[in-house]
Formats: sequence, C-alpha cells, structure tokens
Amino acid sequence: MTQAEFQVIRSHPSSNALSLFAFLMVSIAASLPLWGESSWMREFVEIACYFIFAMMWNLLAGYGGMVSIGQQVFFGLGGYIMLICGNFLGVNPFIAILIGAVFAGLFAIPISVIAFRLQGGYFAIGTWVISEVARLSISNAQFVGGGSGTSLTALRGIDKATRESTTYWMALFCVVLSIWLVYLFLRSKQGLALLAIRDNEVAAQSQGIAVSRMKLAVYVVAAIGAGLAGALYFVGNLRISPDAAFSVNWSAFAIFMVVIGGIGRIEGPIIGALIFWALNKFFSDYGTWYLIGLGLLAIFTTIFFKQGLWGYVQQRWGWTLFPISRKLQTMGGR
Amino acid sequence: METILQGVLLGGLYGLFALGLSLMFGVMRLTNTAHGDFIILGSFATLSVISTGLTPIQSLFVTLPIAWLLGYALQRYVLNGTLGKDPLPSLVVTFGLSIVTQNFLLELFSADPRSIETDGFNTRGWALTESISIGVLPVMILVLAVSTTIFLQLLFKYTSIGRSFRAVSDDPEIAELMGLNSKKVYALATGLAFVLMSISGSLQGMRTTVSPSDGPMLLLFAFEAVIIGGMGSFWGTLAGAMLLGIAQQIGFRWDPGWGIWCGHMVFLLILILRPQGLFPKTRG
Repeated sequence: MTQAEFQVIRSHPSSNALSLFAFLMVSIAASLPLWGESSWMREFVEIACYFIFAMMWNLLAGYGGMVSIGQQVFFGLGGYIMLICGNFLGVNPFIAILIGAVFAGLFAIPISVIAFRLQGGYFAIGTWVISEVARLSISNAQFVGGGSGTSLTALRGIDKATRESTTYWMALFCVVLSIWLVYLFLRSKQGLALLAIRDNEVAAQSQGIAVSRMKLAVYVVAAIGAGLAGALYFVGNLRISPDAAFSVNWSAFAIFMVVIGGIGRIEGPIIGALIFWALNKFFSDYGTWYLIGLGLLAIFTTIFFKQGLWGYVQQRWGWTLFPISRKLQTMGGR
Repeated sequence: METILQGVLLGGLYGLFALGLSLMFGVMRLTNTAHGDFIILGSFATLSVISTGLTPIQSLFVTLPIAWLLGYALQRYVLNGTLGKDPLPSLVVTFGLSIVTQNFLLELFSADPRSIETDGFNTRGWALTESISIGVLPVMILVLAVSTTIFLQLLFKYTSIGRSFRAVSDDPEIAELMGLNSKKVYALATGLAFVLMSISGSLQGMRTTVSPSDGPMLLLFAFEAVIIGGMGSFWGTLAGAMLLGIAQQIGFRWDPGWGIWCGHMVFLLILILRPQGLFPKTRG
C-alpha cells in the first residue's frame, strides 16, 4: 500500500455551498445601511454581540472543556477599557473596540492563574466570583461613574447616521472575523490538539500535546472574543454600568444559545443566536415567564437533546457547514 | 473584637448555607448552581406558611418534609440523568433551575425585599459588656450550624446511610456491586441537602430581608466557604464560613461598599496561596 491510496477529506458539499451563500449574505448585509432602517442596524449590533459572546463561550466550553459562568468579566472589561480609551485617552472608539478586546485577553492571563486552580463545576462558580470582584471594584471606581455607570462621550461629535452605520459595519466585521478565526483555529493543528484534549486529556498529554498551554491559549482567545463583544456592545449602547457590563445574564444567554444550537460545533451558536433572536423578539414582553421558558428549554434540551438542534441535524442528515473534522477515505479498490 | 464576633456569628449562617453545597458535591460531585436560589425558595416557602398563621417552629413541620421530597424527586428524576464525567449537563440544568426558580419567585412575590416576622425575636440581644451585645438569633444560628456540622460528621462516620454516602462518593460502580442503588443514595443526599437549604433559608429570612434575586450571592458565599475550608471536610466548611464572615465584617466596617469585595478577596487569596483549602481531608 502506498500513501496515494488514501485521501483526507476535509470538506462536504453542504460546506462548499455555504461558502458561496455566506459570501452573498455578507455582501447584502454590508449594504444594509444604504437601504435599511436604523432600528434594524441597532438590532443587528445587539444580536451580533450576543452571538460573538456565545461563539467564544462555545469555544471555551465546547472545545476547551472549560465551562465558565464568569465570561462576563471579559465582556465588562472590554467595554470599560474601550470607554477609558475613548473618553480619557482620546482614541477613536471604533479603534478602541479592538484595544478593549486585546486588553481583555491580557487580563485573562493573570485571571487564568487563579481560575485554573479549580476544576469542573467549581471552575464555573470560581470564574463567577472573579467577575463579581471586577463588578464590585468598578462599582467603587468613581472616575468611571461608580455603581451608576457613565456615558461614552467620545462619540458626541459624530452625527447619528454615520455613527450607526459605522457601528453596524464594525459589528458585521467582528461577526465575520470571529467566525472565520474560530473556524481557522479549529481546522489548524492547534485545533486538532484541542479536540484531542477535550476527548481525553490524559491521552492527549501522552501524545505530546502541551495541555496546559493549549488550555491557556483557548482561555485567552475566548477572553479576547468576549472583550470584543463587550466593547462593541457598549459602543452601540453609548452607556455603561457595572451591573449591565458584568451581569451574569451574558453567560446565561450564551449558555442558552450554545446548548440549544448544539455545543462543540461552530454552527451551534449561529443557530442558537437566531433562535434566541426570534424568541427575544416575540416573547420578551412576557418578562419573567419568558425567562422561565428559556430556562426550561435549556434544561429540556440538555436532558433530551444533548447535541442540541444542529447536532440532531448533523446526525440525521450528515450536514456540516464548517468542516473541521478529518475523514480518511480509501482510494484503491473502489 | 466586636467585628470579629459579628463575623463569627455571620459565619454560622454562611456555614449552614455551605454545608448543603458541600454535601451534594461530596457525595455525587454535583455542583448545584441553583443552591442559592433554593435557599431563597426556602425563605419564601417559610414566609408563605407563616402568613397562614403558624409559628416559625410549626412551619418547619410543613416546609422541611416538602423540601426533602422536592430534593429527593429532583435528584431522582432530573439531576441523576446529568451526572457523569462531563460537568456541562449538570451545570446547565442547575443553572437553568436557578433562572426558573428566581423568575418564578419574582412572579409570585415581586422584587420587594421581605423578611420573616418573628415578633421581635430577631432584634433581641444579650449585652456581653457595656459596649458589646450580641443578638439571640445569630447565636442560635451559630449553635445550629455547629450542631449540624457535628450531626453530619457523625452521620457520615457511624450510620449505614453515612457509609453508603461515602461508598458511592468513592466509587459508585463498586458500591452498586455491593448492593447499593447509587441513584437512590444520591436522591437521599439531595433530600438532606434540601432540608439544610430550607432551614438556612428561613433563618436568612428572619435575620435580614430576602428578595428573589439574592440567590446567586448566597451561592457564591456558600461556594467560597467550601473552597476556603477545603473540600471533603464539614468542619473545614464551617471554619471557611467563619473566615469569610469575619473578612466581610472587617470589610463592611472599613467601608460598606467593600465588605463583600473583601470576602471575595480572601477567597481568591486562599485559592492562590493554598488551593487545597485550609483543612483538606477526606471524611470519616
């Protein structure tokens, strides 16, 4: 047998169709400010932030095996760093979004030193404590408005239409960027190592994978993404407060989206975000009952559809939009 | 001095919060993220029962059996299915329960803080010296926390239920080979944890006010106490709770805005300096 008799298959007809479809969708979406209403743009920016945040939660929990209820710490830090850069240092807020994301990633390194001392469920609650520490610290920091928060004044000079369409383009750019980066990351050698760690940490280590370095890398990348979502959200919102920035609801909604859509697959948070958007649009007026419904839906899905909606589709029809797996096919003898 | 005393008393309450969490994690490695919300559920259950005209002591005869049944059924029919090597299912389910419980209470009782009426019992105090006096209720809570710790320790050490708890905790498969039904044992443990949560919930309601959104905060306090104390030891958990209470009281005295922050900081410091906790040991 020679090597030529085998072939590693890394794509799927549905994934090839998607690349074309996605390109079309993004092109149409990019022209929205020319023909759409400003409320659509605002809505898109908001859901984009939820989606990016969920995407990063999925990377952390679904691929890295680290279930966190404290990712909002990076969301809030991203937002506050963007605000400080914009309001006090005179940086253009749209550039400050990226600075906020990078700094959230830098903060993740010392935070990981503490958080990684806990495992499993205790890691989840430990990260929540860290996020509370950040919330309480910022609540006591008067220069950013303390507990009642402050406004992003750096965007005052820009007129409303320009501000809204720029924010919208930035959000679209961030969404495409985060999907693309996560996809490339998971297709790379590092991604393969990550999947190996998720499936069996000890076995992965015995194959020479630097488990702890890999976990730190995922944690930092997820923090950058969460910081990006946070900074973007508060550019769209123009007002920030510690209770909004470090709210555990961010993690709650991310968990909901990922679990409903399907954990450990890139399609999961995309489907989850669409469902969440639809539910939010039609039922959020019901307030507490709406949240009770979301909670019950998440419980129900976890118990009866462990793979989520997309996992079900994938098992049933074998569709895959973002092929990150490697399939070995024999060429000879067929 | 007074601050430390108040901290120890507060720690008694936190100890009661934490023992249930410690019990559930110890027996089945389940991290119950709805722990705090179930405590608040206990407060509101007691509050509702008392509003029908029963005394707080009488209300226990209603709430505790319900709590036990609820815990038993929840573990038996919902949570058992989520246990396993992967922590995700149990975390998502309990986190979902936390959101459901919180919003259900919000719907029924609104967001207003309430407290359980005790006819002034909660404000009664003993004067120790000229300047220091301690509340009767906090002392009672502390005594209860210590006796519950002794009770759990004895239960685990000497009774057959305790032995089965330890057995399924060490190795559920071998325990099943020896004739135990680990699912039932888990359900018993959760039932017991729910009784503890219900008691501590009513005490929290008597000592201060409760509102439906308080749950997560109590979960974090309970969790910190468990980690500070070191996993696997009920005495450690109680000591961790005291340390947390003292840290918060010192913080509050320094500046009310930093009290809870100080508690969190002590937790993080312990995690950095002594990740195994202050008194780690295996039970029994």
